[in-house]
Amino acid sequence: MMIAARNLVKRFGAKTVLRKLNFEVNAGEFVALLGPNGAGKTTLLRILASLSRPTMGEVTIAGFRLPHQAAAVRLRLGVVSHQPLLYGDLTAEENLRFYGRLYGIPNPGQRIDEVLALIGLGRRRRDLVRTFSRGMQQRLSIGRAILHDPDVLLLDEPHTGLDQDACEMLDTVLRRVAAMNRTVVMTSHDLARADALASRFDILSAGVICASSTRGSLPAGGLLAFYKSALAETVK
Amino acid sequence: MKHFFASLTAVTWKDLAVEWRSREMLSAMLIFALLVLFIFNFALELDAVTRANVTAGVLWVTFTFAGTLGLNRSMAMEKDRGCLDGLLLAPVDRVAIYCGKALANLLLMLVVAAIVLPVYSILYNINLFQPGLVLVIVLGSIGYTAVGTLLASMAVQARTRDILLPILLFPVVLPLLVAAVKSSSALLQGYPLGESSGWINLLIVYDLIFIAVSLMVFDYVIEE
Repeated sequence: MMIAARNLVKRFGAKTVLRKLNFEVNAGEFVALLGPNGAGKTTLLRILASLSRPTMGEVTIAGFRLPHQAAAVRLRLGVVSHQPLLYGDLTAEENLRFYGRLYGIPNPGQRIDEVLALIGLGRRRRDLVRTFSRGMQQRLSIGRAILHDPDVLLLDEPHTGLDQDACEMLDTVLRRVAAMNRTVVMTSHDLARADALASRFDILSAGVICASSTRGSLPAGGLLAFYKSALAETVK
Repeated sequence: MKHFFASLTAVTWKDLAVEWRSREMLSAMLIFALLVLFIFNFALELDAVTRANVTAGVLWVTFTFAGTLGLNRSMAMEKDRGCLDGLLLAPVDRVAIYCGKALANLLLMLVVAAIVLPVYSILYNINLFQPGLVLVIVLGSIGYTAVGTLLASMAVQARTRDILLPILLFPVVLPLLVAAVKSSSALLQGYPLGESSGWINLLIVYDLIFIAVSLMVFDYVIEE
């Protein structure tokens, strides 16, 4: 088991966002975490990323427990959010070199070349990130997340704010990453994109995973029917 | 330990490189510092004796207010594009992140001081280039940036961060400012360094205590 979250509860003051949530992901799976706004997707991802502590419950990633073994978890984790987590006044290469030093990557020059080739930004390596389009920044953000070759990739609505071309380019990069047998968890509102990329679909509603299905066991109407019926069950 | 220092220098290098390109912090701090000096110059029509008495106060008010602008900007830069999360996601001791940012803030504050001192000397016709005064400025700046970086990382989580930082910072740095002003004033009035050793010792003790406190609590302060 690459990710195991058990009985997670997260409260912000009087508001309970996650209610004894259980979530498990096997190595190599690409899980799309779907659900309406406010369901708790980003909160769950931030807890898995060690950026937020659960009020109750436990999280294990790659065999390491949070928060006690947070450094070991962070070394095996890549995170992409809807913000780029990049410095606009540094070039693409300088951004990757900076994160490479934080992650203690040996021979960073070679690894940066590989990553820039993978995300298709080799020619723009010496340009300031603030001159990049939103799509290019998001691709570089994925490059930053996979720079240290993590076992697990967490993506929080990576397609937000991208145009059609940029989304397709981002999907190509994500498919390449997934093909390297990485474990990927992606939150999304875009069912079509999730359907095109993921191997498993979990529906999060009102702070719990209310339904889960692999690609092969989706009902006749496909992902959309599965999503609608899962949410309808929750409302009942 | 090697990774700790590599991370620390990476954060400092990054902050200075970003500042070199954007010049957002330095230009704001410098313009503000020079404006304060000009305003004091015209507001206080001073004779030579009074000038020697108020110089230390004017200098430290200038450094303090200009420093607050820099500290605010330093953490806001991380928060605005989500880069703070990027730093916190890295498998590094968070103390290294704190030290790297505090060191960059200190260097920028010393650059501002290095520009303000000659301008002040010309405007007020007073010689500020004394080794003792430089020592006091360095010690005062170390304490100020040590506390300021810690409180800026706390204030940056709030929507009212621009207002919150001075409210949090000024009461805490009051002992530091008193010691810095008293020792600077004694030195400018021609007393030997030994005369203000008590105030300088207080500066050193303040620096050591608040660096130690910052190293201990930064991890908790920066958490969500």
